[in-house]
Amino acid sequence: MRDPVRWFPSRVNLFDFFLRSGNDGKMRSRTVRMEKKMTTVVSQIEVPAGVTLPIYMDNHATSPLDPRVLEAMMPYFTQKFGNAASRNHSFGWEAEQAVESAREQIAKLIGATAKEIIFTSGATESDNLAIKGIAEMYRERGNHIITQVTEHKAVLDTCKRLEKYGYRVTYLPVKADGLIDLEDLKRAIDDQTILVTIMSANNEIGVLQPIREIGKICHEKGVLFHTDAVQSVGKVPINVIDDNIDVLSLSGHKIYGPKGVGALYVRRRNPRVQIAAQIDGGGHERGMRSGTLNVPGIVGLGKACEIALNEMESEAAYLRGLRDRLKNKLESELDYIHVNGSMEHRLPGNLNVSFVYVEGESLLMGINDVAVSSGSACTSATLEPSYVLKALGLGDDVAHSSIRFGLGRFNTQAEVDYVAAKVIDIVKKLRELSPLYEMVKEGIDLTKIEWQAH
Amino acid sequence: MAYSDKVVDHYNNPRNVGTLDKSSQEVGTGLVGAPECGDVMRLQIRVNPETQVIEEAKFKTFGCGSAIASSSLATEWIKGRTVEDALAIKNTDIVKELSLPPVKIHCSVLAEDAIRAAIGDWKKKNGVAETETAPAEAKA
Repeated sequence: MRDPVRWFPSRVNLFDFFLRSGNDGKMRSRTVRMEKKMTTVVSQIEVPAGVTLPIYMDNHATSPLDPRVLEAMMPYFTQKFGNAASRNHSFGWEAEQAVESAREQIAKLIGATAKEIIFTSGATESDNLAIKGIAEMYRERGNHIITQVTEHKAVLDTCKRLEKYGYRVTYLPVKADGLIDLEDLKRAIDDQTILVTIMSANNEIGVLQPIREIGKICHEKGVLFHTDAVQSVGKVPINVIDDNIDVLSLSGHKIYGPKGVGALYVRRRNPRVQIAAQIDGGGHERGMRSGTLNVPGIVGLGKACEIALNEMESEAAYLRGLRDRLKNKLESELDYIHVNGSMEHRLPGNLNVSFVYVEGESLLMGINDVAVSSGSACTSATLEPSYVLKALGLGDDVAHSSIRFGLGRFNTQAEVDYVAAKVIDIVKKLRELSPLYEMVKEGIDLTKIEWQAH
Repeated sequence: MAYSDKVVDHYNNPRNVGTLDKSSQEVGTGLVGAPECGDVMRLQIRVNPETQVIEEAKFKTFGCGSAIASSSLATEWIKGRTVEDALAIKNTDIVKELSLPPVKIHCSVLAEDAIRAAIGDWKKKNGVAETETAPAEAKA
């Protein structure tokens, strides 16, 4: 629904301005002058036919449920509501059968067997279970864990907690393109190392770590390899055998499935991975994760994986096309823009761009009918920009200027065209407002200025 | 986060955007904040040498919507005031007017600093004694 006020802002605001000036008793000739030449950040970009606002382009945060997934889930809320652990009546059998079929669908997508899939409440739980469960189970073998600096907080915070319990954690740095250096990994592994946990695709910059090579190194050294594959499962091919993965976390809502359901792949042979349960109860899920199974959620996750497997190739090509179109449009119209992270090793639907000399949150405010994310942490209490972008070696100022575009299955070319036009328009307007852009255009070297840090 | 209507209004239609000739004797320039903090404000004033009234005020801001709104409001408030009157503006006045949430209070602090820095620069240029210590201005 379009808000009429939003569409005629200058008129409404001018009225408001007169009103307030009058109340203040300060009405002067300047109001007349302002009417003539009023700076405005409001965009007048026309909305193309077939595009409804707001546009969702934040698919790394979450994705809409695919209607086909919803259809598969529906019977399991009302008619087929049984507990999958009920062994003695048809309601339970029906639920169990649905769960086992979903297990097959998920396993097939990642090249695993159904028995190797453990259901959880989502990827945060999967990451916690994998890392804490392995740390606990293999404590006698060693206390060293290796991860890297741009991991999701579900991994980083879990590792930090383990440090409090006496584990030693190495946080590998990343190169300017966002990828780890395999030589760093080899050097970091010692005789106390029990686990390497490195994400498959990054949630902010979409770069794909060389997981196959990482897994190979781990297996050569007899170290377990866990990967948080939340962003990459269903988007790019993953095969736990070929990629030498021992434990893998995935989530439903990033792949057009429901929220509140995820899975953990736990390898059963070569090597057989053992994980200490973190939630005790009825011993569900091979004793690794107790709790009544979320049957409708699991059915949805299974269906989402089935669709992803069938459509991955064509969808990836489609998203790459949209992403490159967006990138080309932005680059052809704007100067001082910087793509963050490797373009070569990247998720098809991800584009992370810094619009230098424009602060990210102010840009989001100007494109408020488009849902994207910013690396500017101006809304956070710490006022720290994205740790992922900082890890690439970007200055805080460039990190503050970044926008993450997350393209997904339901985005269209018309939407991309509108978003590109709108972003270009607002960036240009905000740069008219930016003292930094003016100074750079005048040839002033911003690094030579003694800024008064606040 | 939700912005107040006044912040949105100043963001959509910022008042007094622009640049004054900083080499002019009548112009004072304040440049505060730092790019790595995500906020830089430049506020300029043109002061009537006879009356010491701020006849013109211009700003440019790199920063979030609240930073843009704070500096826009600051220019609106100081225009028509004498230099001494303008120094009476406190960041808390800006917080109140724009209904800034706690995480955005630093934007109002920066706007107050910008006013002081611009006035300080003008005073220095014109040999007017400082009545109050103004924060040091960033130098190009």
